[in-house]
Amino acid sequence: MQNKLYNYGTAILSAFEYLLEKYPEVFVMGQGLWSPWYVGNSMTNLDKKFGKKRIIDTPVSESACTGAAVGASLAGLKPIVVHPRMDFMLYAMDAIVNQAAKWSHMIGGQANPCVTIRGIINRGGEQGAQHSQALHAWFAHIPGLRVVMPYSVADARDLFIASVLCKDPVIFIDDRWLYEQEDTLSPIVELDLKKEGPKCIATGKDLTIVASGYSTLLAMKAKDELEKYKISAEIMDLRVLNPLDSSPLIESIKKTGRLIVIDGGWKNCGMAGEVIAAIVENLDLNHFKSSPQRITLPDAPAPTSRELEKIYYPDVHKIINMSRFILQ
Amino acid sequence: MENFFNDLINPNNFSEQIDIQGFKEDKLFYFLRQMMLIRLVENKLASARRDNIIGGPVHLGVGQEAIAVGVASNLNKSDRVFGAHRSHAHVLSMGADIFKLFAEVLGRDSGLSRGMGGSMHLWDQPNGFYGSVPIVSGTVPLAVGAGIAASIQKTNDIAVSYFGDGAMEEGVVHESLNLAKITNAPVLFVAENNLFSSHMHISLRQPSSMLSRFAIANNIPYQVVDGNNIVSISNAAKKLINNLRNGDGPGFIEAVTYRWYGHVDWREDVDVGVNRSNMDIKKWKMRDPILRLKKALLDKNLIKENEIESLENDLNSAINHAWSKSLSAPFPPKESLLSRVYAK
Ligand SMILES: Cc1ncc(C[n+]2csc(CCOP(=O)(O)OP(=O)(O)O)c2C)c(N)n1
Ligand SMILES: [Mg+2]
Repeated sequence: MQNKLYNYGTAILSAFEYLLEKYPEVFVMGQGLWSPWYVGNSMTNLDKKFGKKRIIDTPVSESACTGAAVGASLAGLKPIVVHPRMDFMLYAMDAIVNQAAKWSHMIGGQANPCVTIRGIINRGGEQGAQHSQALHAWFAHIPGLRVVMPYSVADARDLFIASVLCKDPVIFIDDRWLYEQEDTLSPIVELDLKKEGPKCIATGKDLTIVASGYSTLLAMKAKDELEKYKISAEIMDLRVLNPLDSSPLIESIKKTGRLIVIDGGWKNCGMAGEVIAAIVENLDLNHFKSSPQRITLPDAPAPTSRELEKIYYPDVHKIINMSRFILQ
Repeated sequence: MENFFNDLINPNNFSEQIDIQGFKEDKLFYFLRQMMLIRLVENKLASARRDNIIGGPVHLGVGQEAIAVGVASNLNKSDRVFGAHRSHAHVLSMGADIFKLFAEVLGRDSGLSRGMGGSMHLWDQPNGFYGSVPIVSGTVPLAVGAGIAASIQKTNDIAVSYFGDGAMEEGVVHESLNLAKITNAPVLFVAENNLFSSHMHISLRQPSSMLSRFAIANNIPYQVVDGNNIVSISNAAKKLINNLRNGDGPGFIEAVTYRWYGHVDWREDVDVGVNRSNMDIKKWKMRDPILRLKKALLDKNLIKENEIESLENDLNSAINHAWSKSLSAPFPPKESLLSRVYAK
């Protein structure tokens, strides 16, 4: 097999194809799987290729579908549930938080729900409060859930495969704002999710920017801009939010002495605060040349009005300003 | 009832004029005017969305106007109505200002929700419309609560919950039916069965297409009606609502209908619909609730063609006026992003 050009969406599609071809115990359920609407180009024609028995377009029943996937995993399958929008997943919280996350521990580690729950962040376009949420921090709060949030095209494919093959329940979160990203990928090598974690994806010396998913794309764009100001930023992509391995992050701060965390979620009790805490409590304060900062959503629901939407989300501009501020 | 239901979902039936016997003229004119208003407003939204003047999604209910108008003709402004993602008709039927609706869809500060919600989050409580949201079935238990409140408050008011055949698949709707019944809450459940949930036909999602089977299961009085017949809807709603106001507990209307546009925005979405065909759309357009009322009014000489035309012209000029006013209305101030999160 040779290297091939993918975008983020088709990279996920190729992961589905790989899993469904190689592992008969994999099946998929969720809304919109027989239609090109909800899932962008990331699941096109899977139903035609693998049949409607393994690719199930479901009734509007998030709670039952997610619970059923947990049950199917206990019975030996590797189910994947797709929620075309994270906001819809809130009806499935019991199955995720009370059942899947707790199962292994509460029965003494004798059985594991090997289920993957794919929640898609789908926001912007004046869709508003109930069609915009990025709730990764909620799930990362729950022991027992592994939370994966890929930024790169390669991770979209490879971490998805690793999530499905992992024995634990995994919340896999991809972002529609990343679907156009392109990259050339080498043939698939299966990864062990337990061994994956934050990664330095661009080196620098003045400042460390930590982010995940779409926020990492913003950080990469900001890095290029920052060169103009002679600021050299190191970019750390979180990739796996729970369990969180802070050691690669700490190594980076030891070098740069400055930290900004960017997150597309809210500030209060959010991922950015957690990253800062995990670093600060494990690193002597002498290493810091300035106090750590975070760029998040304002603590408000997503507005619809275009004028408010413009100022709502983190953007490159906000990152540049913050970087210049802490380097003053 | 099953037979009648099966006739209703067959697109070949019920294209004739409706039977208006026993209805007063002014009521019939009111029905016509309201349905035409809603139709013209939604067609305006469709073209503005197509032209990218509206930035967010609009879920249009063209073809389904009779349901909201028929139900609302039995409601008061002190009642408590809840909708969902496809609720322009629900809010307009309660008397919402069209300028405020347009301004909302365009995200302007003078909109129904002060520009914070757009088409999918509408609010007009002064007219009895407590809110609509796009999380499918999200407002159904809220309506039950508003009904329970009405009985605690010892008013005669009722709550109304509009939801679709797709929403019927959410567990919370079943909990809500049970809860309303067991608390004897004055809630009118209005199931708008347009046979589709986004791209999927009901036959691919449910073992039977008749939603009122769940009213039967919960021992809730119900009526199955032709959702494209304004007179039957108004009659059915009247009967059930009378019982509700008398303290007899919840009621359930299943209105069978069809949406002319696709799930969202202006396209017909024949290509992406499973079991949605040009032929079906054509047949359902012959069951147009407005056309069927017009035919009856013309047939009985209650109205003339040119009177319908001038009604349409009047409505259009009101709509165009409201539309241009909303295009120049200001956006919400930047502070509103944070200042509207908690109560003042
Ligand atoms: C909880 C939840 N799940 C899924 C969706 C996606 N969705 C939006 S509208 C819709 C169809 C609902 O169908 P129905 O209730 O019949 O209403 P209709 O669109 O026909 O008016 C779906 C599945 C959603 N908005 N909320
Ligand atoms: Mg429907």
